[in-house]
Amino acid sequence: MTKRLMTSGLALAMLLAGMVGSRADPVDDTLVIDGQEMISRAKAPEGHPFDEVLSGWLFREGETRALEVDSFENPGMLAVEEGEAIWNTVEGTAGKSCASCHDDASVSMKGIAANYPKWDADSKKPINIELQINKCRTENMGAEAYEFDKGGQRELTAFIKNQSLGVPVQLDLTQGDLQSWWEKGKDVYYTRTGQLNLSCASCHEASMGKYIRADHLSQGQVNGFPTYRLNSGLTSLHNRFRGCIRDTRAEFPKAFSDELMALETYVTWRGTGLSVETPSVRQ
Amino acid sequence: MNWRTTITALVFVPCLVAGAAAAEVAPNDVAFGDDGVSVSLTGVQGDVEAGAAAFKDRGLGNCLACHANKDMSKDLFHGNVGPSLDGVAERYDEAMLREIVINAKQVFTSETVMPGFYSLDVGKDVVKAREGQTILSAQQVEDVVAYLGTLK
Ligand code: HEC
Ligand code: HEC
Ligand code: HEC
Repeated sequence: MTKRLMTSGLALAMLLAGMVGSRADPVDDTLVIDGQEMISRAKAPEGHPFDEVLSGWLFREGETRALEVDSFENPGMLAVEEGEAIWNTVEGTAGKSCASCHDDASVSMKGIAANYPKWDADSKKPINIELQINKCRTENMGAEAYEFDKGGQRELTAFIKNQSLGVPVQLDLTQGDLQSWWEKGKDVYYTRTGQLNLSCASCHEASMGKYIRADHLSQGQVNGFPTYRLNSGLTSLHNRFRGCIRDTRAEFPKAFSDELMALETYVTWRGTGLSVETPSVRQ
Repeated sequence: MNWRTTITALVFVPCLVAGAAAAEVAPNDVAFGDDGVSVSLTGVQGDVEAGAAAFKDRGLGNCLACHANKDMSKDLFHGNVGPSLDGVAERYDEAMLREIVINAKQVFTSETVMPGFYSLDVGKDVVKAREGQTILSAQQVEDVVAYLGTLK
């Protein structure tokens, strides 16, 4: 026992020593996109492990941060434009486009994505923007559901979320059974996976602000998804989740599986109050 | 083949094979004592150079992902999830270093972020190709421990 106490005391002292003046803090900067100020630091909701929730933008290098400040510079805006084209394109047996029913997205979709995932009474499960698009395609357009990450799913999702740019994330967990999915997502978040035996919290909570190799570990917030990654382009949220799980040397769940929908619900809540930043730019 | 080599092959080779298998301590048989793991996992002295290589290799120890190490200042991107390993051999003896590398949870808390490199106490859904395997082999652990012993 003494061995353990001594060594953990020593390690703690080393950690504390290492933290002083280390390259560990998120930047003290304000994200303003095209003149509109984003909330990139917010007081955490009750029951949250942190006092303050922080956008991943604050953890990125200066050059990467600069790309998000001006939508003409933001490479993700190309995808948003593609999404807008899809919005206006007629598809399916009903001969309709999204615009046929929802009209001008800057009006009808404004602020909508900030409150997703919502409870879907039909499937009795949480629904995210990707699945809501599929629902409208199959039920209202007579078109086929998009396969994961295919056919414009990421672009159309980015376009819809971009209509909420600047709006703070806020879930209504009292809808249906959403609270129990939040609980389940919390379990997923704290469960260690893979041969490396790490949970989301190992990296994004216990090691937040530290560097793992060249990567400055953020809180793993989802408010900027789909996000434009400098090395791989527009990246969906479930793709990011799966990548992080894979990196623990674990098999990863299917996109939109119950496990990942629960995780999305819980992790979105962890970013309550942050502005929607879609399409954010990350490395 | 004369009678000598035949006898050598019959008598000695099986002994050597059996000997090697018996000398390597399996992950579940590691004896964690109050002073760490004092017995070598293989009985074969660790190789410092091979240990440095396993330490760096992203597919093996990948220790630089989480630890800074001045001895490897030529390599880019040292993480700081864990403490710097400069002078670590002055803080721990060989048995403790071996225990840390085998399964850091035995030394620190079960909450530690450091993976167990010779442990089958792993997370759920381990990728099929690595099921039942440890991150490092027994000899690689010995090599890494020998390398850590040089960080004074
Ligand atoms: C035939 C009309 C129709 C078409 C075409 C249509 N929708 Fe819908 N959509 C609806 C209706 C009705 C609702 C609300 C009821 C529901 O949730 O199903 C809705 C709801 C939504 C919502 C949720 C809004 C909220 O308040 O949460 C989104 C997002 C959405 N649609 C996107 C799309 C997209 C994207 C397309 C094109 C791929 C599309 N819709 C095509 C009728 C349509
Ligand atoms: C081994 C460490 C590690 C683990 C475990 C891990 N991640 Fe990550 N994650 C990273 C790194 C590194 C990045 C990129 C830098 C950053 O934003 O932290 C990242 C990025 C993210 C992002 C994007 C953040 C942004 O601003 O765009 C999200 C979301 C995320 N992770 C969620 C998760 C979830 C959920 C889990 C658990 C299923 C998880 N991560 C597990 C290392 C990890
Ligand atoms: C995912 C991150 C991670 C990786 C990879 C990692 N470690 Fe660690 N290590 C830590 C953390 C965190 C601690 C601090 C222990 C604690 O308090 O939990 C630590 C502590 C240590 C210590 C004790 C240091 C001291 O001064 O107290 C040694 C020695 C060590 N690690 C060696 C290694 C070696 C060797 C490797 C590669 C085979 C390695 N680590 C890989 C995270 C990591």
